[in-house]
Amino acid sequence: MTYFLQNLVNALQWGSFYALIALGYSMVYSILMLFNFAHGDIFMVGAYIGFGVASALVAFNSLGLVVLPGWLLLVLTILVSMLLTSFVGMLVERIGYRPLRDAPRASAAITGLMIGIILETGNLALLGAQRVRLPTMIQSVTYDLGGVFITNKKIMIVLVSLGLMLTLHQFVRRTKWGMAMRAMAYDYAVVPLMGVPLNKIAAMTFAIGSALAAAAGILYGVAYPVLDPYMGIVFGWKAFVAAILGGRGSIMGACLAGFLLGFIEIFVTMVFPSTLRDLIAYGIIMLILVFRPHGFFGEAYSARLRL
Amino acid sequence: MLLQVQNLRVSYDGIRALHGVDFNIDAGEIVTIIGANGAGKSTTLRAISHLVQVEPGSRITMEGRDLLKLPADQVVSRLGISHVPEGRRLFGNLTVLENLQLATFARHDSAAVKKDLKRVFATFERLAERKDQKAGTLSGGEQQMLAVGRALMSGRRLMLLDEPSMGLSPLLMSRVFESLKEINREGTTILLVEQNARMALKFAQRGYLLENGEIVRHGPTERLLNDPEVKKAYLGG
Repeated sequence: MTYFLQNLVNALQWGSFYALIALGYSMVYSILMLFNFAHGDIFMVGAYIGFGVASALVAFNSLGLVVLPGWLLLVLTILVSMLLTSFVGMLVERIGYRPLRDAPRASAAITGLMIGIILETGNLALLGAQRVRLPTMIQSVTYDLGGVFITNKKIMIVLVSLGLMLTLHQFVRRTKWGMAMRAMAYDYAVVPLMGVPLNKIAAMTFAIGSALAAAAGILYGVAYPVLDPYMGIVFGWKAFVAAILGGRGSIMGACLAGFLLGFIEIFVTMVFPSTLRDLIAYGIIMLILVFRPHGFFGEAYSARLRL
Repeated sequence: MLLQVQNLRVSYDGIRALHGVDFNIDAGEIVTIIGANGAGKSTTLRAISHLVQVEPGSRITMEGRDLLKLPADQVVSRLGISHVPEGRRLFGNLTVLENLQLATFARHDSAAVKKDLKRVFATFERLAERKDQKAGTLSGGEQQMLAVGRALMSGRRLMLLDEPSMGLSPLLMSRVFESLKEINREGTTILLVEQNARMALKFAQRGYLLENGEIVRHGPTERLLNDPEVKKAYLGG
């Protein structure tokens, strides 16, 4: 039982990473009907920006003018990196996708893959091949809950992720920008007739998705501090799977599927050797998709209107 | 002159749908464009709202301002031109109230927005009763009311109406047209596109007859109603 609970905690942590990244795929898909295949690399860029911001903050702290507590450094790192990465996302939309808004979707998909390669190799060119290490901002504290060991970091990761998801949910439900996003998901072509600038909503959606990916990148770095330029590839694909599994365009679905992915992966390793993890985990997911091709909350989008 | 359209040409995949359409609308008027299915009526409205690309040489001005140079959303938010599109195109996943609120996205005059919302609910009481219901669950008549209400929220200067009578019972149709008259009396200019020529000509003050992408006749609606050619082709003899 304690073994199960221990794994449950790990699954929640991994699920948080997947869910945060999957949200970016899902949101962009719902309004523009395209999958941003550079999104995994945005996660990587976010982690690296986090590395830069954290390093700068730690260096500033060591000057001793004002000594900020570790948790505050982390909060600042997350917020500043989310902001900076959102600009990267907007740039990707502006340069990569906006000119292709009316082009065949395959062109946009290929563009996404190329942008991903540019981000990876750009990072390599900029920082070199050696891996970097996110500075330690908070010290690990392990709590023993009747044989289940939980670190403060894991609790923090799960809580921050859930907080971001709830904030996004409220944003989409309650604000006029969120309303515009939902309207675009339903019938893109008539949204300008409401006086809504499509381009701004599209840019904003990329910005939000990228900011969430950056948060995921830093949270990942807190748990596993070693970063490398290709870390976004596998994460990107897995989160993409979560977005499909959740139902294309569904925010709630992306979150749930992200967590489900975390659970399946972790629980497969409880039973099978870890080398077989992805083989079995993604076999299970394929089976789910055979029976639910539109995912958990997806609708058949063929009925969608276009002018 | 409120709206002036000159030499409007539009093609779909190389096939020309509008061959240089000219017309104009004065402030406060109700003008209708009638014509058969496929004559280019909806295309004309879509060109004004930027839902279709126009060909070079086409000119559309609103009070002298070049409408084609503005982005689509500013045609609504800056010029006050609203469009009730063919098939209503409501956001079925949003509530009635949200549909109306979204139409005020670019407006910052919150006091006036509140007043307009009140007026829409006063005109269409059914919408007030159903304001928290998803638009997709409304009946056809209610959806048409919401489509008109939404246009009233987004811009009050010129309203483009594409087949508002479609799918409505005669009773509901006359209710919708009554409220349109009222909206017009309150200062909104109306450009109505209709297949139901008789009804449109009775409702409007001036009319244009569109045939195969060209204006072939225009004038006061009484004259068109009595025009033998129009009678024969569009009013059932």
